[in-house]
Amino acid sequence: MNADLFNFVAGLADDRLVLGHRLSEWCGHAPILEEDIALANIALDLIGQAQNFLKLAGDIEGAGRNEDQLAYFRDPAQFLNLQLVEQPNGDFAFTIARQAIFDCWSVYLLEALSSSSHQELAALCVRAAKEDRYHWKHSSTWVQRLGDGTAESHQRMQSAFDALWSFTPELFQATAAQQKLVAAGLIPNLSSLESQWRKAMNELLEMATLKVPTVGAAAGRPARSQHTAHLAPMLSEMQGLARAFPGAAW
Amino acid sequence: MDETAQIENFERRIAAGESIEPKDWMPERFRKQLTRMISQHAHSEIVGMLPEGAWITRAPTLRRKITLLAKVQDEGGHGLYLYCAAETLGADRSELIDQLLAGKAKYSSIFNYPTLSWADIGVIGWFVDGAAIVNQTMLAKASYGPYSRAMIRICKEENFHKKQGFEIVATLAAGTPAQHAMVQDAVNRWWWPSLMMFGPHDADSPNSAELKRWGIKRRSNDELRQRFVDMTVPQAQAVNLTLPDPELRYNAATDQWHFGEINWEEFHRVINGDGPCNKERLQARRDAHENGRWVREAAEAYAAKQQRMQAA
Repeated sequence: MNADLFNFVAGLADDRLVLGHRLSEWCGHAPILEEDIALANIALDLIGQAQNFLKLAGDIEGAGRNEDQLAYFRDPAQFLNLQLVEQPNGDFAFTIARQAIFDCWSVYLLEALSSSSHQELAALCVRAAKEDRYHWKHSSTWVQRLGDGTAESHQRMQSAFDALWSFTPELFQATAAQQKLVAAGLIPNLSSLESQWRKAMNELLEMATLKVPTVGAAAGRPARSQHTAHLAPMLSEMQGLARAFPGAAW
Repeated sequence: MDETAQIENFERRIAAGESIEPKDWMPERFRKQLTRMISQHAHSEIVGMLPEGAWITRAPTLRRKITLLAKVQDEGGHGLYLYCAAETLGADRSELIDQLLAGKAKYSSIFNYPTLSWADIGVIGWFVDGAAIVNQTMLAKASYGPYSRAMIRICKEENFHKKQGFEIVATLAAGTPAQHAMVQDAVNRWWWPSLMMFGPHDADSPNSAELKRWGIKRRSNDELRQRFVDMTVPQAQAVNLTLPDPELRYNAATDQWHFGEINWEEFHRVINGDGPCNKERLQARRDAHENGRWVREAAEAYAAKQQRMQAA
């Protein structure tokens, strides 16, 4: 059970670490100063959440790996994040679409996990859900502004959702670890997430005068088992310095 | 009141230590000088996000990553706050930004130097934020209310940044030989540019006298620079780092540290656009501005639509 719980919690952490990293790449380059600040803020929340989840994962594993060892010394193949979050930033619409898809899902997920019988996990999820509700407010407001702004912003927003939609089935594909944890009563059944998410996204896209892209089928591989080509270069940038000085204190 | 009487009254208020507020009468020249100073300061915060921002994705631990990201975010907040202070003088933020992008407005030339290693992040916090604090502690007593209040708030955060920077420096200095070499190299590269942050010698500073009379600057460039050196030398000694100045020595008569002459040729070269990263910094700001144009237009169009709907 420990290995399953480790994998599940590390997945929660990796989603947030990778997405937080992507958002932090905007810092100093955003369309307006207010967004430099907002995106940095969201990145800070996500990386902070990742830090907590990784620490918990390390404790669960019991092999003496702390949050930094898990973040900096695992290879891309050992990362358990969704493909969605590792996609490069693209334009601002792409970043916002990626964020809205994630935030909406994350709020429902964390709210559900808040009733986990694993108390530490539940407590972290309560805290993170609170933050992610603000993130969802931010990203959904931008989807509306850009979707219903100018012809150009509408087209960019639509293209972004069209391009990212194929990554959404993975959000709802239960991993083997997750299924075992549900069966053991450690985490609640998450099967209603998809309909909750779909309803909220449909409403948002409609308000933003955008079309809901057609649903692709889930890829014929287990969830969180494979990455796109974008993760490895991202991690080599993130981990390079720490790995160049193994054992050093910073 | 005729203008001479207004000026007399204005200068009397300043001499009495009163603070000038946005609605008060002020000489046009005072307004202009302040707008220039505050907007340069705001631009410095924004451009200053770039050299440090370049290491957010490479920070060696999660804790360091989070504190660096928070620091760079603070700088964005300072920029926003300072643009607002400049707007109380009748300036327009978008016009000020246009001047920056056109290369007509200045920003602190320290940000035209590259960040080559992680140690630079520590040394920038220690030297650059340290120098900024010395300057801003003085400006916190400036005669113009909104600027002075902005400085008080900003200084509090800068103190925090400086502590974090020095903590990075101290950790590296006490680390492996390679880490010590990394931080010594960063100190060697940032020391002189940091001293240049205080500006030219008093005798060569064209705006100083006027700014002093109007209570905007209360100490001269050279006085502030000396204060910074006196503060920093013992800190460097405490962590076993050398400052790259063979002339540096303690003068018991003045209780000050004597230091060598700044390379003024380099100072003027970097200020006038020919530093190691001037082009890169400005280009990064221009790219962000250009790439974000459609976003700003969309936000305006959306807000206008919402307004029309509410009115209907």
